[in-house]
Amino acid sequence: MNKLYIPQDSAAVAVGADELADIAVASGAAVVRTSSRGLLWLEPLVEIDTPAGRFGYGPCEPEDLPAILAGSPEHPKALGLVEELPYLKRQQRLTFARAGITDPLSLADYEAHGGGQGLLAAKAMAPAAIWQQVLDSGLRGRGGAAFPAGIKWRTVAGAQADLKYVVCNADEGDSGTFADRMLLEGDPFLLIEGMAIAALAVGAARGYVYVRSEYPRAVQVLGEAIEIARAAGWLDGFDLEVRKAAGSYVCGEETAMLESLEGKRGIVRAKPPVPALSGLFGKPTVINNVLTFAAVPTILARGPQFYKDFGVGRSTGTMPFQLAGNIKHGGLVELAFGITLRELLFTYGGGTASGRPVKAVQVGGPLGTYLPESQWDIPLEYEAYAAAGAVLGHGGMVVHDDRADMAKLARYAMEFCAIESCGKCTPCRIGSTRGAEVIDRLRAGDAKQEILLRDLCDTMINGSLCAMGSMTPLPVLSALNHFPKDFQS
Amino acid sequence: MDTAKAVKAALARNQGREGALLPILHDVQDALGHIPRAAVPEIASALNLSRAEVHGVVTYYHHFREEPSHGPVLQICRAEACQSMGGDALWEHAKTLTGCEVEATYCLGLCASSPAAMLGDRLLARLTPERLDERLQALLR
Repeated sequence: MNKLYIPQDSAAVAVGADELADIAVASGAAVVRTSSRGLLWLEPLVEIDTPAGRFGYGPCEPEDLPAILAGSPEHPKALGLVEELPYLKRQQRLTFARAGITDPLSLADYEAHGGGQGLLAAKAMAPAAIWQQVLDSGLRGRGGAAFPAGIKWRTVAGAQADLKYVVCNADEGDSGTFADRMLLEGDPFLLIEGMAIAALAVGAARGYVYVRSEYPRAVQVLGEAIEIARAAGWLDGFDLEVRKAAGSYVCGEETAMLESLEGKRGIVRAKPPVPALSGLFGKPTVINNVLTFAAVPTILARGPQFYKDFGVGRSTGTMPFQLAGNIKHGGLVELAFGITLRELLFTYGGGTASGRPVKAVQVGGPLGTYLPESQWDIPLEYEAYAAAGAVLGHGGMVVHDDRADMAKLARYAMEFCAIESCGKCTPCRIGSTRGAEVIDRLRAGDAKQEILLRDLCDTMINGSLCAMGSMTPLPVLSALNHFPKDFQS
Repeated sequence: MDTAKAVKAALARNQGREGALLPILHDVQDALGHIPRAAVPEIASALNLSRAEVHGVVTYYHHFREEPSHGPVLQICRAEACQSMGGDALWEHAKTLTGCEVEATYCLGLCASSPAAMLGDRLLARLTPERLDERLQALLR
């Protein structure tokens, strides 16, 4: 019997993967529902076992299935051996090593492909040795702030309390990012393993994963995976639970997320105290992003030096970059830090989907800078990006072609801030609305408004309580600085 | 299901949970399609909160709705990645649709397959106005 592999990732399901799987099963094929390889322009990507390895076809329609089942390497949708596709072969996949290969809810699959070794190693170590390994690896927070994870863990480990928490921020709200979603849906045991290791390192007895309500599949898969992990004895002494968010972008800010987990409105807290000392319900709390926790099992299993050998300078390890928007070959590209945007855009991404020239790329989500061509050769690492006034954020890059109206996108940044602001601080709550109005007047021909806009951005940058207000000016000012003509009527 | 029954079930299911308000509200909305005003006092009393606090949470989060929707909810992504692939035209088209309630959302995590939308829990990607019509016709039949 033919064995087919069809992804169950949301990006595949959204373009018909479930229908394909149903038809394949009805025609007698054995179907394994895997996670996605992250070659998203090829979804639904159907793979079939051959003696040489898995052979891929994509993007597939139901009418392609008979030919695939018959095994026709000359078919127009035939891609060849999937592992040999350059897009995949050139990547350095540590976090996404199992993507597209395994059944997300099969613990046997997970362990057969290297999973579980990190937790096993951690269980044999003293808590201080665990966080020391994370510290030595140089791992920094992948959610955007890039704070060294080991220092955070050490702080929580050193805090005295009757109860400590480990919280995973899976409120991946940035447009252009989907790596957290892919991991939650596609390799949930890796996150669970990373959080279990964190719990051992800091002495935490309880944990939460805060997942967006916009990711219903991720909520479901992760919930099932936690039950399986618990039954397998992975979570002894560590009570882990999924919490579904409710559609507030600012709850991706860690203190707003804590408020939300406590059952309140997601209003940002002033810092200090830092959550590592006084976090969820006032207890010491490790908060990391999905990709940060997911990097930890590799560090424990293969040693901090192995991880540190990837990357450049203080940006160690790999980053799952996400190519999105108007891009021909959109998807997930995990590579060591240090590659350039230009390489990602053209060597991997193949230029725009529309075939037109790229105008600007927004790196790091809705609070990230728009980069014009003159900045595409900056190495993708934290310090080099910071020096250019840009941010890597969560590694998402949204490509816009030459038809993009940068003034409109700048206005959208302000508008989005107005919609999503928690309202606690004035620069963000009021500044965002005034910002949209000022951009409207500027676009209508009142050139003096530019002075006001820059002044307002300065207030937001320096006076806001959190990144929502202080970083909204990044896309606005980069659009204004690099594309001033778009702001003229 | 009536409101009182749904609230009772949600409270029972989340008994003893810390920070239980959001899970309770999710359960009520999943059961009823919205969170009626009448549900608030009972929830507030069970959690030892004021009605204002519960009302504040219901109205703070975009996901929670106080009124039932008119038909299935169609969420259209309005964020940057979808804008770069014709999301504005899709949004303008969606606003003319009847038979479902159209809402804006900000990112469904399908940013390499833009523009995207979600009908109930059903994800749709690589949409054009025509393709959206086709999919809706098949799904809303």
